Amino acid sequence: MTNIERKRVVITGLGAITPIGNTLSEYWEGLLAGKNGIGPITLFDPSRHDCRFAAEVKGYDPHDYLERKEAKRMDRFAQFGVSASKQAVADAKFEINDLNAEQVGVILGTGIGGLKVLEDQQEIYLNRGPDRCSPFMIPMMIANMAAGLTAIHTGAKGPNSCPVTACAAGSNAVGDAFRLVQGGYAQAMICGGTEAAVTPLCVAGFAAARALSTRNDDPTHACRPFDRDRDGFVVGEGAGILMLEEMEYALARGAKIYAEIVGYGLTCDAYHMTSPVPGGNGASRAMALALKDAGLTPDQVSYINAHGTSTLPNDSTETKAIKQTLGDHAYKVAISSTKSMTGHLLGGSGGIEAVATVMAIANDKIPPTINLENPDPECDLDYVPHTSRDLKVDVALSNSFGFGGHNVTLAFKKFVP
Amino acid sequence: MSQDDIFTRVQKIVKEQLEVELSEVKPEANFANDLGADSLDTVELVMALEEEFDIEIPDEAAEGITTVQACVDYINSQLAAPKA
Repeated sequence: MTNIERKRVVITGLGAITPIGNTLSEYWEGLLAGKNGIGPITLFDPSRHDCRFAAEVKGYDPHDYLERKEAKRMDRFAQFGVSASKQAVADAKFEINDLNAEQVGVILGTGIGGLKVLEDQQEIYLNRGPDRCSPFMIPMMIANMAAGLTAIHTGAKGPNSCPVTACAAGSNAVGDAFRLVQGGYAQAMICGGTEAAVTPLCVAGFAAARALSTRNDDPTHACRPFDRDRDGFVVGEGAGILMLEEMEYALARGAKIYAEIVGYGLTCDAYHMTSPVPGGNGASRAMALALKDAGLTPDQVSYINAHGTSTLPNDSTETKAIKQTLGDHAYKVAISSTKSMTGHLLGGSGGIEAVATVMAIANDKIPPTINLENPDPECDLDYVPHTSRDLKVDVALSNSFGFGGHNVTLAFKKFVP
Repeated sequence: MSQDDIFTRVQKIVKEQLEVELSEVKPEANFANDLGADSLDTVELVMALEEEFDIEIPDEAAEGITTVQACVDYINSQLAAPKA
């Protein structure tokens, strides 16, 4: 696409169901306050597991958003996705009607899909046989159903899909939606990521891959990105959703505009199923491509919402990648891992972190990295430890990397008409 | 089991499965038109009734059961029939 053909794309609505708050304002205030969303697992009995804590969503009632029967027919990941999408559309004061419905689409990413319903049905299958499996198992489980149900519940009849790129899925969703609006294929897109994988098999599987923290005696200090004592990520759940709109369309209807989305970079390591390529070249190229796509230079970046999972390989590799892309400016940019508070929402993380990045731009405030007590010598950048910071944010990046070697960077900018 | 007992048990299951009020589950109520059951709901409802009454309801029979009363009648006929 040439610049002449590209339409500008702005963010006009945000929604969030997270381990630290179930509305946009609760989430954002929680991030600025350094609120910790991690605690013992309550969604199942974790006593046999090596990791017995997670970042669960608390106090969420699907019936605030859905009729009883609708809620019963959805896995938790779809409930989160639909609920946060409804928040974002309402926040944007965007009315989807007969005139515009075909110009409004949905892209919701997820890493895992409806694992809870699959686990429950597998038990029924083994104990009671194939004839007792629910007719709702497949529709509730398949990963794309959050996107499908969001369309059903909002009336959005335009482009609709679901990237399943592990922990990069939410960011892929936002980037793909950005491209569709930019290219004139939709006027508005509901996009982001959702996940509800605090389940026995998911926790067992990630623990077996040695990806999880096992700091069971001190869960609130378990997620410590960039710290020398980090020992793995903490599974989280929830959804983060953005309403993207073509700028002229948003201005014409007098919409409030949080920020502009200006760049999307995506690469693959082509190296290993779960480990990042040493040196972080894949991640570095994603950041560079996002900047190039946006027509920005590295020195213009004020803030990076890092992938920052708190695993040993990620945080040092991501640090190297940031240095490779930004050069000396890497030492001047504010970087934080909000996963230190929310845990790792897998496919949902790109969604809630895009929301956090947009809010940083809109409010000129940087959420902190909590639990960063003893920085790893290999992690020597400014990670905004412990407390939030007031800082004018003109350009911000959000990084997401996933198993499979997927690297995604989104670039956002303060909106100037 | 009396027709009334069957009706009471059917009523309870339909209420739970379809998330409707007990008072809506009248004998003449049509599952699709009055109680909002779609094709997947119907499959699940039939499974729940099979478990409750320990009977089998073949698909061909299920297709013909469109109202609560028809459902009660079918179950009654199955319970009355001698088991093979």
